[in-house]
Amino acid sequence: MCSLALFPAPLACGQTTLCESNNELLSGTATDHRLKQDSSPLSLYFPRESLKLHCRTESSSKAAFLDHSETLWMRSAAAWRDGGLTGLLNEITNSNTEVPKWLSVSSGFTLALLRWFSSFHGSLFPHLTMSSENMLAEFSQVLNWSDCVVRAFAWHPHADKFAVALLDDSIKIYNPKSATTPTLKHRLQRSVAAVQWKPMCASALAVACQNCLLVWHVDPCSLSTRPSSGCAQVLSNPGHSPVTSIAWSPSGSLLVSASPMDTAMMVWDVASESCVPLQRVGGGGVTFLSWSPDSSHVLASTPSALFRVWETRTWTCERWPCVKGRCQSGCWSPDGSRLLFTVQGEMVIYVLTFGDTPGPQAAAVVADLSETTFNTADGDIIVGGEIHSLSWDPTGERLAVLLEGFTECFVRFSVSSGFVQGEPGAEPRMMQFHPNFQHGALLTVCWSSGRITHVPFYFLGAGVPHFGLSGSPSLPRPQERPADFANQSLFTELIS
Amino acid sequence: MFSTEQSCWFIRKVVCWRAVASIAWAVLLLLPITAVFVILSRFSLLHPIQTFSECLSFLTCASAIFSLILMCGVIIMVGFLNLEYYTVIPTIACSKIALLGQLLHPRQFVNSLAHCIMGIIVAWCCAVTLGGRYETIGYPCTQGDGTDSSPQMCLNEYHLILLLAGAFVGFSHSLLAVISNINYVSFHTVQQYKYLRFKGSLPFVVKCSAAQALYSVRNYIVVYFFLGYIPKAWICKTLNLHLNSSVHPLDSIAGLLDLSLLYHQWISASFLLFTWNITLLLFRIFVTEVYSFPVQSSFTEDAHQCLPKVLTDKQPMILKFLALQDVALLSQHSPSRRCEVFSLSQPGGHPHNWNAISKECLSLLADLTQRLVAYHDTVATNGRAKSLSTGSERKTSSETSFTSATEDLMSPRPTLLLRTPASVFARFVVGTPHSPLTAPFTPDLDSPFASPALRRLTAPLDQCSPWFGTVQSPHIMRRAPKLWSTSTDSQVNGSPPASPASVPSPKQEPFKPSRLALFLRNRKEQVKHFLAKRVLIMYLFNKLPEASSQALFADSQAHIWALEGLSYLVQASFSEDQFGVIQTTLPSILGCMLILQEAVDRHFKLPHASSKPVRSASGMGDSTYKTLRFALRATLKTAIYRITTTFGNHLNAVQMSAEHRKRLQQFLEYKE
Repeated sequence: MCSLALFPAPLACGQTTLCESNNELLSGTATDHRLKQDSSPLSLYFPRESLKLHCRTESSSKAAFLDHSETLWMRSAAAWRDGGLTGLLNEITNSNTEVPKWLSVSSGFTLALLRWFSSFHGSLFPHLTMSSENMLAEFSQVLNWSDCVVRAFAWHPHADKFAVALLDDSIKIYNPKSATTPTLKHRLQRSVAAVQWKPMCASALAVACQNCLLVWHVDPCSLSTRPSSGCAQVLSNPGHSPVTSIAWSPSGSLLVSASPMDTAMMVWDVASESCVPLQRVGGGGVTFLSWSPDSSHVLASTPSALFRVWETRTWTCERWPCVKGRCQSGCWSPDGSRLLFTVQGEMVIYVLTFGDTPGPQAAAVVADLSETTFNTADGDIIVGGEIHSLSWDPTGERLAVLLEGFTECFVRFSVSSGFVQGEPGAEPRMMQFHPNFQHGALLTVCWSSGRITHVPFYFLGAGVPHFGLSGSPSLPRPQERPADFANQSLFTELIS
Repeated sequence: MFSTEQSCWFIRKVVCWRAVASIAWAVLLLLPITAVFVILSRFSLLHPIQTFSECLSFLTCASAIFSLILMCGVIIMVGFLNLEYYTVIPTIACSKIALLGQLLHPRQFVNSLAHCIMGIIVAWCCAVTLGGRYETIGYPCTQGDGTDSSPQMCLNEYHLILLLAGAFVGFSHSLLAVISNINYVSFHTVQQYKYLRFKGSLPFVVKCSAAQALYSVRNYIVVYFFLGYIPKAWICKTLNLHLNSSVHPLDSIAGLLDLSLLYHQWISASFLLFTWNITLLLFRIFVTEVYSFPVQSSFTEDAHQCLPKVLTDKQPMILKFLALQDVALLSQHSPSRRCEVFSLSQPGGHPHNWNAISKECLSLLADLTQRLVAYHDTVATNGRAKSLSTGSERKTSSETSFTSATEDLMSPRPTLLLRTPASVFARFVVGTPHSPLTAPFTPDLDSPFASPALRRLTAPLDQCSPWFGTVQSPHIMRRAPKLWSTSTDSQVNGSPPASPASVPSPKQEPFKPSRLALFLRNRKEQVKHFLAKRVLIMYLFNKLPEASSQALFADSQAHIWALEGLSYLVQASFSEDQFGVIQTTLPSILGCMLILQEAVDRHFKLPHASSKPVRSASGMGDSTYKTLRFALRATLKTAIYRITTTFGNHLNAVQMSAEHRKRLQQFLEYKE
């Protein structure tokens, strides 16, 4: 088992991690780091002040207008439109001077009954009582989502470009080879929780929004900086909002989406805008999805202490009850044979191995990230805590772990491990590996300051045969070596 | 039609058994559904326990069992009709008149009649179940003012109104079935187990049956209010019943506004529609279940059941579709079966399996390309008519490359059928005589062969289609308002459509326009001009905007699977193909896909082609065919990307034309 005690001490204050070379993390001071980063075209900085935020929500705009007396019918219709049945009942109960007494009394009684029932339902699944904003913040893979300037980030799986969703609900697409950075805005694009590019496609970008799912088609050759909202497909299903997680199948044919409010996970055929709900009893919703790179399994975690692993050929699932809390995050090994996951309330990483034999029986612990004290020149530093998200690089050699604490830790399987630190005061919020970096792995980190940096790890992969094709696009790695990775045990399993 | 179907082993051994299994399940489910219906129809809020005991005692009595047996018969009949009328390629009416033609088709008439009768039977069972005032059609009454109180039989109008409601709902169900293409069986992208699929779609079926019942009952009440006296008088006359004048008649506003009557009508109609829809749902689920064909067999007598042979069969469309689905699935999911596809024949070392599969898939794609190009030729982008001469002169480079490419693809198979939706439709209504009303009003496509090069290509191929000879009449109106389709043209020429095969094509016969023909043509133009001004005629004959595009892609599910199968196999060949069997066909696969991509791109630039259909979630009709063209476009792009991401720069070594290389380079750089 791997633990933080094996890690080298974190960097001193003011130092930032630049890259990894020769199995060592190189660092520099904040200033030369910034100089270096600013020269690179992909490093971005979004100061919070530069974003124009929505200062008020729609419901609060009511207060700005004078009170205007409408007939009961008009008010009831408006209440029905805005608040549904409960809104209507509320309206009738409140205007008891205008309606007959029996009506107001009976509607008040119904309302009380409804509230009692929903509170009973809510006590079973506490997350159902949250507002949708809070729910997104709770279940997002981004640490402290509601306060984050960069709310979602996605590398394109094949080309060198990425999409960034910002606090002002716009999405920007950056491509180092082109001068235009398209900005995507849509009326329904609110509270973006996740973005993901469609594999095997150059243009399609799926966006998980508060009320629906958007699929943008951004023509890579277009010079337009503001694609019209006609380029976006709106996928919505009643009851399936807010969408907290999406995952494309690696073959690019299907898209799955999850909402904590909906017990069904939706499998979308995006082109025909049709969906198949996959429903199972228990859990009370689906919060996080991850499709294995060989497209054979999908991890779906629920708000309760239970997660499921779906098999994608006939769409059957295995139930995995956890002891302590819900499954917070998970990631697949590049060949899809191993699943690493973390559980809320525990400071360890578990592994599940899938193979030819019928499923694993129990999860094993591979890493323990409980709090450890390091003695440095600046005094004792305590590192460790609950794990917020995991990311495994496409070569299978590096695993990045985002802790609920303030530092990001970076575990390496082969030889050693280390911490990646940003500039002073900046906390990591989200991270992702570049899907096809030629010289090792490239970790992209979004910081709380609104900065996006890239930390390259230069190494030669142990198992990856290097083809003599310079500039060849990502080769289908899972199929190249299906056997050796599955049989090889993880580094941390060896040392335990 | 049975002679052709009986000969196919697949229909006999698989489809029939699947249909039987689905009917058996529907019959088994009938008992719980009836129990629920009994409880719902007799439920009284004040005496819940009494209701249950009454229901239990009713369910065990003889009349209930008899009506249950009758219902079973109806379910079996519905299942049989499903099997008889199902289609995997929807028939899409391109104008209002074509829809009317479908509704008035004799085959459809038989269907409607059967549904009417079954509706009456189900309604009778409901009447028996409801009991009370609905139970019998006649009841003894004393007519008159008491002095001559001779006992008579009077008509029970409550019974009658229920029976007629059943007939009406059955009839409207069968009409709606035509309009919403309820017989169309679509295949799902997500392969779930049958039970899970059934469970997943059950709430939807309940909801849509209840909603449809509500609308039907509403319409029925209106009809009964105005026309109710006709069946009432007729029944009284034939059964020698009397009308009880002391009872309020039901075809009045007060009589129809009886809430309990409305509720009972609605719940009976829901019960009827729900049992039928459940049967249909089960049939769809069973018949579209994945069937795994063996790739190769060691016994020669089983060779006709193997994938390479089955793929080339044309007749039962379901067989071809399931085979293509199996190709798409095996290419994605099973390495061992892929290995069989890539294997070489033992003596000789030929990749027969791969050759057969790839050739069939490629010919399907080439067929679609040809259809698209032909359609694009007939519909010039600005909607103006394009004369024959300009059509032949203006031949774009893509067309030339396309014809050369398709010629070499087709040369080994001269009997390739051109499956335009029109001919597909014609083949799917086998069994009944080909009605001249319905067929001519199929899509624009019926006169597509504008350029001589294409005509030369297709002329020897299309022998068995009823369009042979007729489509090539030289004065075909190219573009809307297409009042008259080809059948009238051919009648002008003096060739009746009943015997099209006997007509020699105009190329062979010396064609001289006689004065009579010219006169007739002028008259025809005048008549057309005159009719075009009439609003009703224009309403009936105008093309529905999206329909021709939908009809063009009606069978695109097959093309989608062909694309998926080919691309996954090519992707897998990168690491699994030991003998390099794919490499020989890779240039033609890429060429075929790129040509198709070009044709699809051009098609989507046409007006209405890229407009999304209105999403209608109501009804049991499957509307996936409306979006097949979008699915095809997405799949095609994904398929090309799948090949380019797998092979990368190796593709530069593949031989292809400069134009294709340029196009492929766009894909390699992720710029499409």
